[in-house]
Amino acid sequence: MFDLQWLLIAIPLASGAGLLVWGKEGDRFGHLIGTAASAASFVFGVVLFVALLGKDAEDRSQSTNLFTWIDAGSFHVDMGFTFDQLSGLFVLLITGVGTLIHIYSIGYMELDERRRRFFAFLNIFIAAMLTLVLASDYLVLFLGWEGVGLASYLLIGFWQHKDSASAAAKKAFVVNRVGDLGMAIGIMLMFAEFGTSSISAVNGAITGASGSVATALGLLLLLGACGKSAQVPLQSWLLDAMEGPTPVSALIHAATMVTAGVYLVVRSNGIFDASEVARTAVIVVGLVTLLAGAWIGCAKDDIKKALAGSTMSQIGYMMLAAGLGPAGYAFAIFHLITHGFFKANMFLGAGSVMHGMNDDVDMRHYGALRKAMPITFATFGLGYLAIIGFPLTSGFFSKDKIIETAFGENFWIGMGALLGAGVTAFYMTRLMMMTFITGKRWKDEVHPHESPRVMTYPLIALAALSLLGGLLLLGDWITEWLEPVVGHAEHHELAIPAIALTGIITLVAATGVALGFLLYGRRPVAAESPSDNSVSFFTRAGRHELFGNELNDAVAVRPTRHLTRFLVWFDGKGVDGFVTGLADRLGETSQFLRKPQTGYVRSYALTMFGGVAVLVLVLLAVTLA
Amino acid sequence: MTAFWVLAPIMVIAALGLVFARKAVHAALCLAVVMISLAVLYAAQGAPFLFAVQIIVYTGAIMMLFLFVLMLVGVESSESVKETIAGQRVAAAAIGLIFGITLVLAVGQTVSGAVTGLKAANGNGNVYGLSDLLFGKYVLAFEFTSALLITAALGAMVLAHKERLTPRHSQADIAARRMQEYAESGRHPGPLPTPGVFARHNAVDTPALLPDGSPLDSSISASLVARGQVRDGFDDDIHEIVEQLEGEGDDK
Amino acid sequence: MNEYITLSLILFTIGSVGVLVRRNAIVVFMCIELMLNATNLAFVSFSRQHGNLDGQVAAFFVMVVAAAEVVVGLSIIVSIYRTRRSASVDEASLLKS
Repeated sequence: MFDLQWLLIAIPLASGAGLLVWGKEGDRFGHLIGTAASAASFVFGVVLFVALLGKDAEDRSQSTNLFTWIDAGSFHVDMGFTFDQLSGLFVLLITGVGTLIHIYSIGYMELDERRRRFFAFLNIFIAAMLTLVLASDYLVLFLGWEGVGLASYLLIGFWQHKDSASAAAKKAFVVNRVGDLGMAIGIMLMFAEFGTSSISAVNGAITGASGSVATALGLLLLLGACGKSAQVPLQSWLLDAMEGPTPVSALIHAATMVTAGVYLVVRSNGIFDASEVARTAVIVVGLVTLLAGAWIGCAKDDIKKALAGSTMSQIGYMMLAAGLGPAGYAFAIFHLITHGFFKANMFLGAGSVMHGMNDDVDMRHYGALRKAMPITFATFGLGYLAIIGFPLTSGFFSKDKIIETAFGENFWIGMGALLGAGVTAFYMTRLMMMTFITGKRWKDEVHPHESPRVMTYPLIALAALSLLGGLLLLGDWITEWLEPVVGHAEHHELAIPAIALTGIITLVAATGVALGFLLYGRRPVAAESPSDNSVSFFTRAGRHELFGNELNDAVAVRPTRHLTRFLVWFDGKGVDGFVTGLADRLGETSQFLRKPQTGYVRSYALTMFGGVAVLVLVLLAVTLA
Repeated sequence: MTAFWVLAPIMVIAALGLVFARKAVHAALCLAVVMISLAVLYAAQGAPFLFAVQIIVYTGAIMMLFLFVLMLVGVESSESVKETIAGQRVAAAAIGLIFGITLVLAVGQTVSGAVTGLKAANGNGNVYGLSDLLFGKYVLAFEFTSALLITAALGAMVLAHKERLTPRHSQADIAARRMQEYAESGRHPGPLPTPGVFARHNAVDTPALLPDGSPLDSSISASLVARGQVRDGFDDDIHEIVEQLEGEGDDK
Repeated sequence: MNEYITLSLILFTIGSVGVLVRRNAIVVFMCIELMLNATNLAFVSFSRQHGNLDGQVAAFFVMVVAAAEVVVGLSIIVSIYRTRRSASVDEASLLKS
């Protein structure tokens, strides 16, 4: 049965391709086919996962080799897939959340005349993402990696008639190329070092290789992960990517694609275990992104951008956990899954709010929506509780474990993660207050209303998952489940008991909530955002995404532009100037030489006669001398 | 040496005449003078055979050829005095002067030593000596000149040959064309009437008379008409004759 | 002896200048003949100077070649005249740049 795992990919891929080439009559049922394909994939994924549960622990990595992809001399790549504990979880997450978002999109994109194409792109994304997680070879993984990049590009720019959307799509594409470059070089390095790019072979052989190779591979893969997961320093594209339709933001830019970097790090655990430097780099990247994302989330008034900052921050948590080695891999994946639930839930909730608010995204125009949209409020509230780590929700367990492990590694890393938890609670409370509580600030012509059931049911489902996702940790199930893949971790004994740390974390989060409530819940919120000059430096920096765009501009864009101008100038004046100048000089010389060519035979005869005279004179001079 | 001193100035003047004469015929005559003088100088220098050849071939044949072509190409066309290429004359004169003076002063004075003379070489006669060389030492070159002459003759024929581009007209064609012209323009197909027919005189300046006694214009050459040399006054004449004839009739 | 050579050189120079300044192709051709005759005079003079007839033979060959050359040259002039209705060397300047 596991030999058929390629069907997981083939079903949405065929559906996506079919929807793209189908004529106009496909508009009537295209969305249903797309949703059905995703659901079919999900059902088959569940079947496979259940089958995997029934197997012994050693037998849970099921590989299949579809065909030989590349066979050129020693260069051999199989189109191979592996369904194991890790990819199984991912398949469920991708197809499950994906199917819910497909259903949600039926309602959300109802009035869009290109809905069929939207579903085709979503299907292609699902197929590419499944290729990414099922791949048993880094090159196949890279195929999926680029596939999701393509889908992301197409979906961010789906409303391409907006200049901002097409610019954002282009930006995402270009920034991702930087990361993909690292990824590509990494794969080439694998070929050069090990003669193969098979994931299991590379991670097995890495222990025999020199430390520098492991470090180089780790850093290159981290660069790829940074690009895809919007980690510092390649974070700038994610906030702009919110130009895409909200279901896209929920599926691709919150729940699944942006976590591909975390998946890559966890999947390449052998490489990162072998290099202390690479792991430290992952921790630093994760910690910095965690805090930077939270900072940005505090300052944005655009609900989707605030959530995007939060996504950055949460992925920072996952990265941090992944950088902690075998102790953290399982928790990274655990947080990834719970985050996939509650962040998709909140994005879809935000989409529902926008749906009711005529696509207005400015939170300062919201307020008191809890009455107008009770279901959205309830589901969003559950997601909110999950992300701030309210006890017994899914986020509570997953974040708690990460902070605990971070403290086990290093006190300051733990403190950073703890601070992030507090800030998370603050900005999420701010978002909650500004959107649903406080006084109404929307204009009279806006009539907020609850979304149709096709949109609220997925919200309810995701809210339930947000609440109950923590069950995965029950009896350390997920840790044991993933242990064959990510390796066994020694349990660090903390200076204080775990339960005390949990209390501290909850206390910090509560402080953040209280602060948010005091600042935004008790005071009236201005309907217009204060100008840049009237806010503190922290807010200003947060609004400008910590000046990441300006930094990119100064470091990469402007020098490149100047270099390009110089090259154009040099090409025009230098290279062309030399070539055309040479031709011009030749032409001028020819024009000059042309003058004596009068065509009159007597002129030529005169020249000849003059030559003879000179010859005689020279002969005479030679003879006399 | 007397011959030389007499002829040398004549030759130089004639050569200069060749350069400066405006009419090509004058130039040709100057060249003939130079050539004949040259022939005399050959004779004076013990080359009687070349003297004859110079007269016959050069002055006789080649110069005649030149004059023929001159007649063909247009004897009247004299060059304009104006030089079309800027500086050509000045430059030619300057270079010519430098060249000539250098040669005359430097090269012309290099011949030294006593003159051997051709007494010994012409011992059996000049023609004998030349033929000895021509058919002995230089026989190969001599044969080559024959080939050269043949080639030149062929080349001249090819160059002078005019390709016929239209078919030759037969007598029938010409007659048909004449009738065609008569049909179209009324031009008389036959030969023009000869002057003097039925006239008092058969001279060319006397037009033929039509049966009614009036003169026929087309019977007189156009050039005579242009010069005003046509004899006229026949109208009076005819009356006299009629009277005369009637008078004779009366006599009978 | 030198006076013959000098005369020959003078005639040659005059012929050369004539080639350069005259435009009528036939006159130009005559000037060339003058130059050839001047060399013939030099040949004959040298023949007498050295007391052998080789110089005269050379002059004879020059005459033969000159005859051939005149034939071909004049027919070229005639054919050019036939097509261009002109015997001026300046008219035949199609190679002008």
